[in-house]
Amino acid sequence: MTHELGTQVGQLARRSVIRTLRQPAQIVPSLIFPLFLLAVNSGGLKSVTNLPGFPTDSYLTFALAITFMQGALFSVINSGTDLARDIETGFLNRMALTPLRGSALLSGLLAGSLLLGLMQALAYLIIGLAFGAELVAGVGGFFVIIALSVSVTVAFGTIGMFAALRTGSGEAVQGLFPVFFVFLFLSSMALPLNLIQTDWFHTVASINPVSYLLQAFRSLLIEGWEPSKIALGFGIALGIGTLGMLAASSALKSRLVRT
Amino acid sequence: MNAENSTKGTAGTDGIEAIGLVREFKKGPRAVDGIDLRVEPGEIYGFLGPNGAGKSTTVLMLTTLLPPTAGTARVAGFDIVKEGPRVRSAIGAALQEAALDPLLTGTEHMRLQTSLHGLGKAERERRGGELLERVGLTRAADRKVGGYSGGMKRRLDLALALAHEPRILFLDEPTTGLDIQSRTALWEEVARLAAEDGVTVFLTTQYLEEADVLADRVGIIDHGNIVAEGTPTELKAEIGRPTVEAVPCNPEEREHTAAVLARFGEPADGAAKGAAVLLSGGDAGLAEVVRALDSEGIKIETLQLHAPSLDDVFLAKTGRSLEGAEEAVEETEDERAEVGAAEPA
Repeated sequence: MTHELGTQVGQLARRSVIRTLRQPAQIVPSLIFPLFLLAVNSGGLKSVTNLPGFPTDSYLTFALAITFMQGALFSVINSGTDLARDIETGFLNRMALTPLRGSALLSGLLAGSLLLGLMQALAYLIIGLAFGAELVAGVGGFFVIIALSVSVTVAFGTIGMFAALRTGSGEAVQGLFPVFFVFLFLSSMALPLNLIQTDWFHTVASINPVSYLLQAFRSLLIEGWEPSKIALGFGIALGIGTLGMLAASSALKSRLVRT
Repeated sequence: MNAENSTKGTAGTDGIEAIGLVREFKKGPRAVDGIDLRVEPGEIYGFLGPNGAGKSTTVLMLTTLLPPTAGTARVAGFDIVKEGPRVRSAIGAALQEAALDPLLTGTEHMRLQTSLHGLGKAERERRGGELLERVGLTRAADRKVGGYSGGMKRRLDLALALAHEPRILFLDEPTTGLDIQSRTALWEEVARLAAEDGVTVFLTTQYLEEADVLADRVGIIDHGNIVAEGTPTELKAEIGRPTVEAVPCNPEEREHTAAVLARFGEPADGAAKGAAVLLSGGDAGLAEVVRALDSEGIKIETLQLHAPSLDDVFLAKTGRSLEGAEEAVEETEDERAEVGAAEPA
């Protein structure tokens, strides 16, 4: 990375972080909503742990993984809405008139997602553990879960940026939220894959990458160190992030038609 | 005019030159329909026209943010299509609507803008502080922009456009929506930039007064075409003479007043209570009119001299007034908005 590019990324990252910290309305729901659902689910679905083959007798531990995914969904909305606002207000055009590089813009914007992801992951994990969730992988697992959660949040953030650049509309980006929620529901969110009995649901959940992201979180919480599951989780996050970045870069080129 | 030669001329170095510039949008009309223009270094060029006339599209093309469909243009001596990055390094622009982040402070905006332009840390601080002071925002520098007034936002917008000391400045309707005090303050700053720093200013406006007061030369654009160009004085002189209107104290003397005024020019419409004529000898004839009315014993209630305005120029060139043109283009603009500004034909 050249010095100039580093400065651009740094300044845009700084802006993104400042924006995130100055919007409590962006941070609070992404912290409260997943924790609220965690409280409801872990109380209401406790009896599911009695199913033969269920991996743990603590549904709280099982459901804790879902909060990380729900938090990442907020990242899609937050990063995308911020960028869409820049397009709508002409701020992107202002930046386009500088020697700004597209890669610096996208990387800088993701810094806000990274910060939000870090805050979310720490809050979910600390509160989950405080209320009795297990963490079989121990202290090392704590840090790996945080890293995985941040990776997933940033990866999902690239999808938000792509949507913003493609549509140029904050409303369109927010319209993605239910779509992503469907993806979450059609995964191993509520039950492990091996316990899903309905054929079509099992098939869909088996090919849904979200299932393997959940599996990576759960392996650390429930099973301990399962390198293949953890690697798969990071690999999927990396894959989504890479595809998202490529798509966002392409959309940025179309959006910034500067000569 | 030849684009190749233009770089050797004065307009080639710090000026602007466009030849046959066209921009078409999908399913829409030609927003810009083959305009030629030339702006000399250090000049303030006012680009006057109603909404939807093609002013902003022209600015987007000249600032390299929108490729032209046809034609060529050179800004600061660089081709807007082939040398976009070099054009951008030479220009500053405050586009329509102050594009600011309401969550950042004035200082943070300056820091971001100067660093994106590659200024070093010390230079960033110096330049940022200097510009904020220049536009009178030092005291508000650490406040979030969301709390700024319209005038403050426009001044910050101007300061950001000047961050890298551009030789050419594009201002797209910089005073739209501002009160007269903020507008006047911005005019003074723009005039100072051109006069003291030698910055070339390309200013679009829909305000006649703005073009009249600020611009060295004015180009009037309508339906994507430049319909008139020249200094405000030249343009007004081109379309006609001043009108003098006299209203007698005694309404019964209206006919008599009209007969006296008729000695000084052709009768003009619009004087309901009195009489009006287009002065054949220009405004120098006003003194003689006063003397003639006095010698005829006509007591005058009001006597007004109407000098031609740029709106009269617009009326003469397009057949309608600038204010009336606003509504006429609304429908066209709506259609264009549906197509999307960035979609080429």
